Parts: sequence; C-alpha cells; structure tokens
Amino acid sequence: MEKRAYLEQQAKEIRIHTLSCIGKLGVGHVGGSLSIADVLSVLYFDQMNIDPKNAKKPDRDRFVLSKGHGGPAVYSTLALKGYIPMDQLCTLNQPNTDLPSHTDKNRTNGVDMTTGSLGQGFSASVGMATAVQIDNAPYYVYSIIGDGESQEGQIWEASMFAGSQKLDHLISFTDYNKMQIDGTVEDVNGLDSLEAKWNAFNWHVQSIDGHDVIAIRDAILEAKKATGKPSMIILNTIKGKGADFAEGKVGSHNMPVTEEMAKEAIERLG
Amino acid sequence: MELKNRNLRDIYVDLLIEEARKNPNVVIVEADLSSALGSKRFFQEFPKRAINVGVQEANMIGVAAGLANMGKLPFTHTFTPFATRRVLDQVTLSVAYSQLNVKMVGSDPGVMAQLNGGTHMSLEDVGLMRAIPTMTVVEPVDGVQLASLFPQIVKHEGPVYIRLMRKGNDNVFNEGEEFELGKAKVIKEGKDVTIFCTGIEVKESLEAEKDLAERGISASVVNIHTVKPIDKETIIKEAKRTKAVVTVENHNIINGLGSAVAEVLVENCPTVMERVGVKDHFGEVGLKDFLMEKFGLKAHHIVDAVLKVLDRK
Repeated sequence: MEKRAYLEQQAKEIRIHTLSCIGKLGVGHVGGSLSIADVLSVLYFDQMNIDPKNAKKPDRDRFVLSKGHGGPAVYSTLALKGYIPMDQLCTLNQPNTDLPSHTDKNRTNGVDMTTGSLGQGFSASVGMATAVQIDNAPYYVYSIIGDGESQEGQIWEASMFAGSQKLDHLISFTDYNKMQIDGTVEDVNGLDSLEAKWNAFNWHVQSIDGHDVIAIRDAILEAKKATGKPSMIILNTIKGKGADFAEGKVGSHNMPVTEEMAKEAIERLG
Repeated sequence: MELKNRNLRDIYVDLLIEEARKNPNVVIVEADLSSALGSKRFFQEFPKRAINVGVQEANMIGVAAGLANMGKLPFTHTFTPFATRRVLDQVTLSVAYSQLNVKMVGSDPGVMAQLNGGTHMSLEDVGLMRAIPTMTVVEPVDGVQLASLFPQIVKHEGPVYIRLMRKGNDNVFNEGEEFELGKAKVIKEGKDVTIFCTGIEVKESLEAEKDLAERGISASVVNIHTVKPIDKETIIKEAKRTKAVVTVENHNIINGLGSAVAEVLVENCPTVMERVGVKDHFGEVGLKDFLMEKFGLKAHHIVDAVLKVLDRK
C-alpha cells in the first residue's frame, strides 16, 4: 500500500478505537485525542525505532505524551501496534484499569513516561534527551505538548534549557488545535506568534498541517537533519478531528459521548 | 575522608564524587546553586554528568525525572524551600508517582537559611515531603552520620529527600559510628523521659540532657535522622520505658518530626508528649543563635519542655 494511504488508514483506526472506547465509557477527552491521531500514526507506524515484542529495548526511540489527557489515542495506537491486547481498550478508566485517563508508564506497556500535570512531561522529555546527549546515543526522544499546555511556565523553562543545550535528539510537537477548556486559546491567553517564540528559544521550528501524514513524516526527517538544535514541529490541527460532534468545538476537551454518537462518528469515518 | 570540622556540603560533594567515580550513572542537576553547594568540583571532574539548568527549579526536577527514566541516578540540589514547596507537584508526580529514582537535596533547612531570611526559610518541608507516598526523608546530623547514610541512600531504590545543613558540622558522633537508614539512634539512654530529636536539634538536646542530669532527671536522647519511614519500634520501646516524650526539630511543630512521633504514639501507646519546634510561625531574617532563641529551639527550651511533660506524667 502506498505510504500515505497506509498511514491515513492507521490514523483512521486510531480514531475509530479512541471513539469506541470513550463511547463505551460515556465520557472522555475526545477533542485532544482525535487531534493527535495523525502524528501518532506517523510516529508508531513509520518513524519510531521500537519493537512491541521487546518494549523496553534500551536503544529504542522514546515517546512522551506531555498532554497526558490524550491517553485514549495513545492506547489505541499501542493496541494497534501490539503492545496491549485490543480487548483491553474497553477497560479505559474502569476500576483497576491499566489505561487511566492520563498516560502512566508504570501501568501501560509501551508508555515511556507518566504525564497528566501539564508541563511536566515535556520537562521530563528534555531530561531524557539530556541522557541521550550524555551517552552520545543514536536514538530520539519525541514528545507532544498541547497549545493550552504551552501556557505553563515549565514548558518555557524546559524549552530554554533544551535550546541552550542543543538537544538535537529531541523532536517535539505542539498540537495547535487552538482550543482549550475555557475557550479558544486566543481568547484565554494567546500564543501568537508560536513560531517566533520557539525560534527565540533556539529551536528548529516547522509549522505544518497536523493532519497531513506525509507532511508530518517529512517534517520529522527534516528535524533529524537539523543538528545542534532541538526541533519543534507545530501541528496545525483541528480539535476533535474526525468526529462531527466534536470537531472544531471548544466543548470537546472532555465531553459526554454516547455509544450511539461514537457509532455514528465511526460510520462516517468509513 | 575527613568527617569532622568540615562543612557538611564539602563532605557531601566528596561523597558524591567518590560515588560517581564508581558509578557512571551518577549525575547531578543544579539550579544555579552549585557554587553555594560547592559542587563545582564535580562539574570539573565530570563535565558531561553535571547539569545546571539555571534558575528553573521545576525544570530541574523534570529533567532529573527524565534522566532517571533513562537509567541515570540524578542528585538534585537547591535551597530547602525551593526543593520542596516550590516544586511539590513535580516531586510528587514526575518523581514519586512515576516511580523514578531521584535523590533530592534541600540545603539550609529551617533557621539555617539565616540571613537569606523568611522567604528562604523552610519550616514545612519535612511535612510536605513525608506526605508523598514512597518518599524517604532524611536529615543527617553531622559528617560522620552523613558519610554512613550516604551509601544507603545511593543503594535505596526510590526517591529520597536529604535535608542538608550546608555550612557547619555539629560533630556529634565519633568517627566509625554506623547508622542505618530508617533506624533511630539511641545516643543516651535515660529513664525519666525520651527526647526525640533531629538535625541541629541533636546537639541542643544533648546539652539539655546534661542540664537535666544536674537536676536529677535522667533523659534518653534519640536521634531520628530518618523521619520517613519512621522507626516505630524504637519510638514505642522508648515511650513504654520512660512514659514521657519530647520531640525537638528545626521545623514547624505541625507536620514534622513531632507530628510523626505523635502519630506513632497515639496508635500504639498514648504517652504524654511536648513538641519543641517553631510554633506555627513564618521564618525571618537573622543569625542562627538569634533565630533559635526567638523560635524556642535552644537547649533551655528543651529543658522547659521536659519539665512540663514530667509534670503531666
């Protein structure tokens, strides 16, 4: 299968499973999960050096979802990749589950860092890239932050440090869906110009269509060429992408979803 | 290594360097206070393994968590209030909840912040850190104790908060004395009352013990260097034996050693008790002696507390 079609298919599967398990539960972080499905597809099905059969292999690439509330999309990806059984997905947030709302490295096979308190996962990914630099190791650390999360001071602490240390094995993404819990990012506490900010912190910056799998793949390849700087790939995305009831809607951060709503959305995805 | 009459910071950095020579995973993470700790020597010997994030305490803990997540053994450092209350969420989630093995040094505890004043004076740090599941909280008294506990801190899998006096060394213990992480040290065995003490208050408690002896009162002095996990067994044994307890700490009397000892006693053998410490008050600027006098941390305050508890016995 052609690369684009293959990665788009994986992204669609991630969306389908995310909607299905949130629909079964009745509530969840739909918006910010669906907006990162495409980048997860490119990372897990094309770019990352990982092995689900040897999940802890020391020389693997690492991934940190700093916007930890996108957990459902990561779990769907991990299940599709074979880290966890498919039928485990429906245990999301059920009592004693190993799939909590926010990603937890001690609970879920394939999760590299525990996140949820915004800003902290990104800082940890900077620390992980520091270890890569100390060891002069070949692998990469990937992390995704949210746009609302970018209002956290710790993001800019870590950003300043990573830029100053030239952590070029750190490739990060901003899920720039322009919405947060209380409204649009611009209305609440605007980030413009986000590109200028990351440039000013000495990062290699690209701004792309965050739903174009080939653009994402090309940006990662470009980021790897940019030595001497960490990379920020700003993904221009749409919150809730792929589900009518959530797409482009501020209320989709954490919303009630019935099985019927999920089913209809999945049917529309084809 | 000379363990007497040297600042604890110098002994600590010696111990770190010694460990780093053996263990390639040891890294240090500073937040612009490496000069204050005297860890520049470590930076010189291990430039790749010495990280200074600048004035970014939250990021210091995040970076340390990331390093630990890759198999490194990071030692972080900043002043006590910034090592605890400023980064409480980072320590709780990125380190403890994530089960990452980070050792965190807070220097200049309580009144030892002296001329840095109230803003730099942590009188709640022990309470904050001991409330975090899996955290070990330890306050070495002097160089001998620090050197004995350090290898155990290194060996312990899990987060440790080290409340470290930076300048000074109370020279309480004799070279060669051994201490066990999590196990209280009975320094003097008496029969009328037990004084449980930690940090700079050990020296004061020993002074109080002499004063009490002159008054015909026989006091046990027990150093609780590890406030968490606390040595329940020794506390219960002592309380049952002397039937009167005084706790002494360079910390708010709320949530620190006094509270920890009280928790053990009420659940096991309710005993009359007095707490010596800062009486729910903010710190302020001043030299150590002035502050200890003002906040009621001197030997004579301990004597008063003993007399009071003996009245209630």
